[in-house]
Amino acid sequence: MADIRAVRPLNPVSAYLAVAGMWARSALVYRLNFVLVVVVGLLVNGVEFIGIVFMFMNVPALGGYSLPEVALLYGASGTALGLCDLLFGSIEKIGSRIRDGSLDTFLVRPVRLYPQAAADQFALRRLNRLIQAGGVLVYGLVAADVHWTWGRALMIPVMLICGTAIFEGVFTLGAAFQFWAQDAAEVQNAFTYGGNYLTQYPPTVFAKEMVRGAVFVIPLAFVDWWPALYVLGKPDPLGLPAWTHFLSPVVAGAFCGIAALAWRAAVRGYRSTGS
Amino acid sequence: MAFIELEGVEKTFTVRRKRGRFTRTKDEVRAVEGLTFGVERGEMVGYIGPNGAGKSTTVKMLTGILTPSAGRLRVAGVDPQKERVRLAQRIGVVFGQRTTLWWDLPLRDSFTLVRRIYRIPQDRFEENLGRCVDQLELGPLLDTPVRQLSLGQRMRGDITAALLHDPEVLYLDEPTIGLDILSKATVRRFLAEVNARGTTVLLTTHDLQDIEQLCRRVMVIDHGRVVYDGGLEGLQGSDGAERTLVVDLAGPSPAIDVDGARVVRREGDGERQWLAFPAGRSAAPLVAAVAERYPLVDLSVREPDIEDVIARLYRGVPAQAT
Repeated sequence: MADIRAVRPLNPVSAYLAVAGMWARSALVYRLNFVLVVVVGLLVNGVEFIGIVFMFMNVPALGGYSLPEVALLYGASGTALGLCDLLFGSIEKIGSRIRDGSLDTFLVRPVRLYPQAAADQFALRRLNRLIQAGGVLVYGLVAADVHWTWGRALMIPVMLICGTAIFEGVFTLGAAFQFWAQDAAEVQNAFTYGGNYLTQYPPTVFAKEMVRGAVFVIPLAFVDWWPALYVLGKPDPLGLPAWTHFLSPVVAGAFCGIAALAWRAAVRGYRSTGS
Repeated sequence: MAFIELEGVEKTFTVRRKRGRFTRTKDEVRAVEGLTFGVERGEMVGYIGPNGAGKSTTVKMLTGILTPSAGRLRVAGVDPQKERVRLAQRIGVVFGQRTTLWWDLPLRDSFTLVRRIYRIPQDRFEENLGRCVDQLELGPLLDTPVRQLSLGQRMRGDITAALLHDPEVLYLDEPTIGLDILSKATVRRFLAEVNARGTTVLLTTHDLQDIEQLCRRVMVIDHGRVVYDGGLEGLQGSDGAERTLVVDLAGPSPAIDVDGARVVRREGDGERQWLAFPAGRSAAPLVAAVAERYPLVDLSVREPDIEDVIARLYRGVPAQAT
């Protein structure tokens, strides 16, 4: 055929940044509203950790973890979810896009669907969770009685990146599920925000079955529990071999791979069944 | 090979219906079946049909949003469903009821996003934007937030956004719906110009005047099949579609008897009468003839619309406005 154009499609990262930038600027049109939402969010999230501090006024330790150690878990889990929510959290809005048919306008653009859906309704106000959790994490890192080595220091960024990736996997699986059940955003929230709630406390306070589920089913344990076992030198509640504490990158990679397959299957299904 | 080519294209949807409290039945609904047609490069085709006839389904398959259940489909030699992203670079789509503009941002920003997403070179972007803004009279609106634009202004913005990357084919779904007469005229003039520059256009509409003024070829689709494909004059038949003159008289009157029109309906003992006359003829001499012999109080002229024209296809009688 004549006139086939050699224009390569825009790469997904640039596409994501272009769309997210538009949403960020849209939000800044309403400046006062934006500031209020961020401030209120910081307060609400702040109160949550203060609740944990109050708990420690009555007990010296929680499941064998001191306050700074719990702060480290809380901060790591919250930072990972906060990063994921900021960067990819919008993917959970896909259900409403399918319902009202506006997904079609994404599908006629020369860009893959995922970066567009991830950037859809990008909201800078989600920074508030990240700021609050990051602050708690810093407190935990400074105050916890950690015997710092290079390996343990390196584990902190690895833990945050893998945690973000695992939460992204959960978000993506949930979004894929919404192609079939279009109002299933709440089910997804049970695993994302619920997962965050779970992993901000020490694994030792939960029943073994719960912890097993977080290790072997939905790998939330690898967000922060297992890497933190290594950093803090804590005993493994399931008695698994020590090398499992370093498995987060492998688990995160595999889990995201599964999520990506589910996403592709869902999009393909949409395109053959229609809205 | 035609630029757009469909051969025996079918699309079946499975619809689940609730029967009892727990039981559901699956029904197969055929949106289109055995759709076969071709559109040459540079053509402007009116694609019309009643609601639910399969028009949107066709456009969605042509853009790669939907995968056909059966049949063969090619746009510019490419299978849209397999190469959606690459093909998107070469097509423009305007969904009349769904804007792609950014509500809270100045109109200009939406176009800038298009430039980035489609990787349009700066000079070509400026040239195309300049031409669209000029012809669609968008100049003073570029810095206005989209939420403050009228429906017609937004539609002109959407059409611009769909054309900035020089698409080879433009799909338009109801581009004039809800617009005032001036906006409609501007949009039509512009679309004719776009087509004259070589862009293939597939136009879905309910407005017969869109078709009359823009398309030399019309395809009528109903129940998922092409039931007519040819010129508009063929669709209207040798006696043509009919316009209707509605007259209000000062009092009860027998059926109006004038040359070139016939009474199709009377109300209030003849106080209001409907006169059908060929669509190609001017209403002026008819109005004069009626006014001369009857106590004319008020009148209006009604155009036949697409539904009437299509209905006539089945009945084999001239379309009438009611």
